[in-house]
Amino acid sequence: MNITGKALLLGDDVSSDLIYPGRYLTVTDRAEQARHALEGLGAGWPERLRGYTVLGAGWNLGCGSSREQAATALLAAGVKLVIARSMSRLFMRNSINNGLPVIESDELASALTDGVTLSADLARGVAQLEGRTFHFERLPQALLEIVRDGGLLARLRRTLALETRP
Amino acid sequence: MTTLAEKILSRAAGERVSAGQYVEVSPDWCFTVDDTIGLIMKYHEEVGLRRLAAPERLGIFYDHFAPADNRDHASDHSAGRAYARRHGITHFYEIGQGISHQVCVERGLVRPGQLVFNSDSHTTTLGAVACFGTGLGAAETAYVWATGRIWVRVPATIRVVLTGTLGPGVDAKDACLALLRTHGSRVATYRAIEFHGESAASLNMASRLTLCNMGVEMGAKAALFPADSVTAAYFGQLGIPIDMEAGRPESDAVYEREIRLDLGGIEPLAARPHAVDNIGSVQELEGTVIHQAFLGSCTNGRLQDLRAAAAILSGRHVAPGVRMIVTPASSQVLAAALREGLIEIFTAAGAVVTTPGCGACAGLHLGVLGDGEVCIASSSRNFRGRMGNPNAAVYLASPATVAASAVIGRITDPRSL
Repeated sequence: MNITGKALLLGDDVSSDLIYPGRYLTVTDRAEQARHALEGLGAGWPERLRGYTVLGAGWNLGCGSSREQAATALLAAGVKLVIARSMSRLFMRNSINNGLPVIESDELASALTDGVTLSADLARGVAQLEGRTFHFERLPQALLEIVRDGGLLARLRRTLALETRP
Repeated sequence: MTTLAEKILSRAAGERVSAGQYVEVSPDWCFTVDDTIGLIMKYHEEVGLRRLAAPERLGIFYDHFAPADNRDHASDHSAGRAYARRHGITHFYEIGQGISHQVCVERGLVRPGQLVFNSDSHTTTLGAVACFGTGLGAAETAYVWATGRIWVRVPATIRVVLTGTLGPGVDAKDACLALLRTHGSRVATYRAIEFHGESAASLNMASRLTLCNMGVEMGAKAALFPADSVTAAYFGQLGIPIDMEAGRPESDAVYEREIRLDLGGIEPLAARPHAVDNIGSVQELEGTVIHQAFLGSCTNGRLQDLRAAAAILSGRHVAPGVRMIVTPASSQVLAAALREGLIEIFTAAGAVVTTPGCGACAGLHLGVLGDGEVCIASSSRNFRGRMGNPNAAVYLASPATVAASAVIGRITDPRSL
């Protein structure tokens, strides 16, 4: 799995309340979720995301609430890859299980700046950034397959379709 | 040689597992709350699911916006009721029954040695009864409901050794804030916490629930008190037999690290805006003007917490310009508080008592803050926007500190009243 995109950076401890405010929790439409992505960070969001597909962050990205819209709203807003120095357990799970690839790497996240183009090979654990090569801990195969399948529900849909085939 | 987390996950995986492994597990319970039921139903419809794997192991709790405050929330509630009926989900808890974590502990649904998921991050609370409780997202919950299983990473465990005794006017909440002050909000990311030490044994169930609840604010996947005499007495009074051994780590378990905390050295503390580990002593924050005082939540909405606040509010009145909101964690807490005369004390003091549930904590209803306002809350999160308004500020403190501050109108050390 290879992903190439332009990076945009957030800071440390960006909570899931900031990524996706609680008042939109009952929104189930992904396009509508995308309109509120990162809205908690203040004016200008999520418009500032436009054109960027790699979201970088500091420590403890997505801390707090279990709301998966923190991952699905980013996905719907066009984010293809998240790279953070560290991220909360729930944010990481919600990303993987909804098909949004994540990389937890202090070294790689620290090297990102706004607007740089990065390409990452998730299966090999290698990223290229401005001529430099970075190695990161790749996700276990079973989790990479969930991401590749587009998340747990996409997988479930296929399983159910097979079961009900005449 | 397994920690309690490894022991519980080994049973749920059907094989012996250790920290760092990725395994598939079948939980004993998988719950959801009203803020997620809408997504779960939508996902099941989208994938064409007709039958749930094990409806008897599922539960639905209406607590985050209960009673419903707007049309969308009300529609989610009504669709969820129909869904529960259609699929035979009998563990269904209506508005006003209380917060999921409180209800499933006080009714003895969750027990030592069990693995429990809930689509709510504060599911770590259940560790107070030696149960591995942890949060899931909506898609994950929908998947577990459909298949009965899901992957987990087995966490390494931090052993937290408690010594000493909490002083007068100092609460388990202050102990949580003390841990956050010293170790920060990232110390336990993707790890389990196990509480040990001579003083762990002296903490009652309410205090344990508070400590385990705040485990997630340190990033923990689960926070557990191994089963002991307090656990046995708790289930004994509920008339529920338990397997004590299933709720204990093995004697030579391997821990990633050890953290020590002297409960005797703790003073009343508060988390300043807008981070749970931005800690100051209540004394140094004294004088900070507040507009709202919130007593409630799965962190501190239990009878013990209402008693601590009532002891301060008795014979006193909430300061002019301040409103105080009391939200019992469950209907059982409300009933007990009524019997003890606590509700009368609150109303006489000028506080308002609301329907049991999550209340103002999640910023959805029952106490959203106005622009520029300051709230002191007994809940567990003060991220910007948490209580519904990014232009407001939230301080987190113990029930006693919340009550004392409500009386004076400024942040106040409860020991000074």
